[in-house]
Amino acid sequence: MKYKDYYRVMGVDRKASADEIKSVYRKLARKYHPDVSKEPGAEEKFKELGEAYETLKDPEKRAAYDQLGSHRPGQEFRPPPGWEQQFGDGKFSFDDIDLGDLFSGMTGGIHRAGRGGKVRMPGQDYEVTAHITLEDAYRGTEVDLELAVPEYDENGFPHRVQRAFKARIPKGATDGQRLRLPGKGGKGLNGGRDGDLYLNIVLHPHRLFRVSGHDLFLDLPLAPWEAVLGTNVQVPTLGGPVQLKIPPGTHAGRQLRLAGRGLPKPHGGEGDLFAIVQIAVPTVTSERERALFKELDEASAFNPRGHFEQEAAK
Amino acid sequence: MKIEQAIWLDEQHELLLEELCELSGLSETELRELVDFGALAPTDPDARRWTFGADRLVVARSAFRLRKDFDLDPIGVALVVTLLERVRELEAELRDLRAKLPGGQR
Repeated sequence: MKYKDYYRVMGVDRKASADEIKSVYRKLARKYHPDVSKEPGAEEKFKELGEAYETLKDPEKRAAYDQLGSHRPGQEFRPPPGWEQQFGDGKFSFDDIDLGDLFSGMTGGIHRAGRGGKVRMPGQDYEVTAHITLEDAYRGTEVDLELAVPEYDENGFPHRVQRAFKARIPKGATDGQRLRLPGKGGKGLNGGRDGDLYLNIVLHPHRLFRVSGHDLFLDLPLAPWEAVLGTNVQVPTLGGPVQLKIPPGTHAGRQLRLAGRGLPKPHGGEGDLFAIVQIAVPTVTSERERALFKELDEASAFNPRGHFEQEAAK
Repeated sequence: MKIEQAIWLDEQHELLLEELCELSGLSETELRELVDFGALAPTDPDARRWTFGADRLVVARSAFRLRKDFDLDPIGVALVVTLLERVRELEAELRDLRAKLPGGQR
């Protein structure tokens, strides 16, 4: 069994009082609780903290934990002989047992989680974030998931079992979408139901498209003359390029809607794709281009700042 | 390898009150308190048997964790999950506005 230093995780002295431990826990939980924290790695830190507090807040578990002595975190150690006797025949191997699983299965002193109590316990739920691409969300995809889940042997001891499986994410997912995989969490105990696995979908940022629900937004740069004269342009969509008609006199910021070219929705229908017009200005101009712009400047009566003058005249 | 089918957690799928309790870990009393304090709403509050949109499971699970991990009383839990929902809505709105902004994610 690998040692975990619960006092060090909480940053408290081994002699800390129960009140002190509670107060430190609350402060750290406020900082790292995944429901309220924005800290990077908060989830992992809170898991460690929760495990440490679960054992240290309970006087009996804390006493049992203190019997293990103090070791380096991660160091392999053998529990004292008294422990093995309390657990039964003494032939039992603690090698692949997780300290946290062992303590969380304990109620009212040391005993085997499975055999000791006949209370039906639902299996633990797990939450996993699945990062997928926009293309995956468009077509639907499969993600490979791996979980280390405690499973109980015939003696009621928890062993970490690595479970790998594929989950199908149907098309229609978008950023922040949640999915549930029933029964794919931890095993239930004494006939309790198996826990569930919750998937939280996060979309990778896309080079071209920005996502809002099932709608997509795309910047569409036009040359000044294209915007003035109108044209047909080829626009990328997740389903392949399409032709888009640009009407004459299209100004910057205008949104051109391509109906049904967004992400598919889970229960039918699709979002839209909006192309937001930008006027791109050429940075390198040839002599001839400069001459033509100059001619346009002289020929045009267009005043884009007319409203400034009207405002000043008031 | 067997491919597991995932279920959408959205308002199109409905859960009975008992199912929401079982899946979230909340007791029926705790769940009814969350409804009383306005943190969760059934699809039809006048229905004989309450049902909830499956997306409410995310809120109910969050309530369960907050109650357990912070030792909060029912009104405290209701207050926190209501504010968290508000934050989530505002973040979604912000994300939508950014998507509509020409020139990128900022």
